[in-house]
Amino acid sequence: MTTVVEKPPRQDAPRERAKPTLRHRLSRWDVKFSPYVYIAPFFVVFGLTGLFPLLYTAYVSLFDWEIGDDDPKFIGLENFVTLFGDAQFWNALVNTISIFLLSSVPQVIIAVLLAALLSLRLRFPASWRVGILLPYSASLVALGIIFANLFGPRYGLVNAMLETFGLDRVEWQANRFASHLAIATMVNWRWTGYNALIVLAAMQALPRDVYEAAVVDGAGAVRRFFSVTLPMLRPTLIFVVITSTIGGLQIFTEPKLFDAMPGSNNGGSQHQFQTLTLYLYQSAFEGFDLGYASAIAWLLFLLIILIALANFLITRRLAATTGLKR
Amino acid sequence: MTVLRLHRRRGGSRFFVYATLIAFIAGSLFPFYWSFLVASRDTGMLSDHLPPLLPGGNFWSNASRVFDSVPFWKALGNSVIVAGTVTLTTVLFSALAGFAFAKMRFRGSNGLFVFIVVTLAVPTQLGVIPLFIMMSDLGWAGHLQAVIVPNLVTAFGVFWMRQYIVDAVPYELIEAARVDGCSVFGTFVHVCLPAIRPAAAVLAMFTFMMSWNDFLWPLIVLDAGNPTVQVALEKLQSGHYVDYSLVLAGTTLATIPVLIVFLLLGRQIVAGIMQGAVKG
Repeated sequence: MTTVVEKPPRQDAPRERAKPTLRHRLSRWDVKFSPYVYIAPFFVVFGLTGLFPLLYTAYVSLFDWEIGDDDPKFIGLENFVTLFGDAQFWNALVNTISIFLLSSVPQVIIAVLLAALLSLRLRFPASWRVGILLPYSASLVALGIIFANLFGPRYGLVNAMLETFGLDRVEWQANRFASHLAIATMVNWRWTGYNALIVLAAMQALPRDVYEAAVVDGAGAVRRFFSVTLPMLRPTLIFVVITSTIGGLQIFTEPKLFDAMPGSNNGGSQHQFQTLTLYLYQSAFEGFDLGYASAIAWLLFLLIILIALANFLITRRLAATTGLKR
Repeated sequence: MTVLRLHRRRGGSRFFVYATLIAFIAGSLFPFYWSFLVASRDTGMLSDHLPPLLPGGNFWSNASRVFDSVPFWKALGNSVIVAGTVTLTTVLFSALAGFAFAKMRFRGSNGLFVFIVVTLAVPTQLGVIPLFIMMSDLGWAGHLQAVIVPNLVTAFGVFWMRQYIVDAVPYELIEAARVDGCSVFGTFVHVCLPAIRPAAAVLAMFTFMMSWNDFLWPLIVLDAGNPTVQVALEKLQSGHYVDYSLVLAGTTLATIPVLIVFLLLGRQIVAGIMQGAVKG
C-alpha cells in the first residue's frame, strides 16, 4: 500500500491540516491505485486472449464441435480416445520430434561455436554480429517459399548442385527423412545466429579471472572452452534449449509452405512432414472439427511441458558432468 | 608472458576465423539473393541446368504482376496498420507496467510479476481455436482488430521494460517530481519516459518485426480479401501451378523493406538482444 513515490503532501496541505482536502485525497488514491491501472492492460489482454483460450481449449476438446455449430455435443474424452488410435496423429508426433531434434541439436552446437568465434578480438565486431543476425529479419513465409524453391524436386538449386558434383538428386519433398532435413535447415538458417548472440552475451559476462587462472594452470584454448566456458554457460544454454524446444515443437509455417501441393495442409502426399501444429490446423480449419483439434492442442501443450522439463534436467546434468572434469 | 602466448595463438588462427564468419554470412544472405535472382528473371531460368548468377531485368514486371494477383497494396497497408498499432500499444503499456513494477510498491506486486514471467513460457498459439470461436462470436473474424487486440501488450515487453527501468530511473528524480506536485502519471511522462528511450526503441523494433512477420493467427482469422502481407504471400503461392518468378517477386517485395530497416538499425537490434540476454 505504501508507495515509494508517496512523499509529503503538497505545499497547500498545511492550510487545512484538520481534514484532508479533496486534492490531497485524490493524490493518495492516485498513488494507491495507479500501479494497478498501469499493469491492468497486460492482465486483461493476457487473461482474455491467452489464459482463457488455453483453458477453454480443454473444454472444447470434450465436445464434437464443428465450426459454426450452435449446439455442440458433449462427448467426454472420446476425442482423446480417437486421437490415441489415430495413425496420422502418431505420425505427426514422430515428425515433430524428428524435425525438432534435427533443428535444435545442430543449432545449439553451431551457435555455441559461432559465439566462441565472435568472442575473439575481431575487427568491426558490430558488423559481424549484424551479419550473423540477418536471417532473423526474414519472414517465415518468405523463407518457406524460398526454401521450397531451393529444395524443389525438378529445378531446385540444391539438386542441381548435387548433380554437378556427380551425386544423385534427392526427393526432398517425397522422402520422409530428407523432408525433415530440409525443414530443419530452414529453422536452423533463421535461428542459429540469434542463439549465437544470446550465448555470446553470456560469454562476455563470464568473469575474467577464472580464465586467467586456467591460463596459469596451462590450459590451452580448447581445454579452456570445454572446462571453463561451457560449464559456466549452463544457465544460458538451458534458456536457449528451452526456448528452442517451445518454438521447435510448434513448427507450422515451414512444413505448410514446403508442400509440393501449394496451400495443402497435408504435410506431403503421405503426411511425411506433417507436424502436430499443422495437423491441428488441418483438423480445425480444413476438417472443421474444433473439438478434435483442441484435443491435439492440449496434448501438444503437455508434450511441450514434458520435453522442456526433460531438456532442463538433461542440460543441467550434462553441464554438471563437464564441470566435474575440471 | 601468458598474454603474449594468447596473442600469438589468435594471430595464427585469425584467417580461419574470418573465413568461417564470411562463409556463414554468405550462407545467410544467399536465400535473399536467390529470391531476388529468380524474381528478376522469368521462371524459365529455373529449368536451366546451372542457373545464372546475376539478376536479370524483369523484376518490375514480375512485381507488378504480384499486385495484379493478390491485393498486395491492401496487404501492405494492413500490415502497417497492424504492426504499427501493436508496436505503439505494446511499448506504451509495457512501459507503464514496467514503471509500476520497477518503481512502485503495491500489494501483490511480486506475485503478479512472477506470474508475468511464467506466462513467457506459455505458447499462446495453442489457444487459437477458442480464440477463433471468440472472434467469430464477436463478429471480428476477417477484421484487423482480431489480429491487433490479442497482441496489444506482451509479457516480454513488460519484463523487458521493468528490467530497464529498475536501473535507468533514479528514485530521487521521482520523489523530486512528486514534491513538485506531479501526479503519478506526470512522473511517468516527465521522469520515466525520457530515461527509457533506448529500451523503448529496441522493444519497438522487435515488436514491429515480430508483428510484421506473424503468420499463423492472421492466416486463421483474416480472409483472402483482407490479408496481411504474410497471408497474401501464402495465397500467392497456393495456386495449381506455381510461377516462381511471381511468387519470389512477392517475397522480395515483402522482405526488402524489413531488410533495409534491419541493416540501418542492426547495431541497436544486436545490442538489444545481447542486453536482454545478459539480464534475462
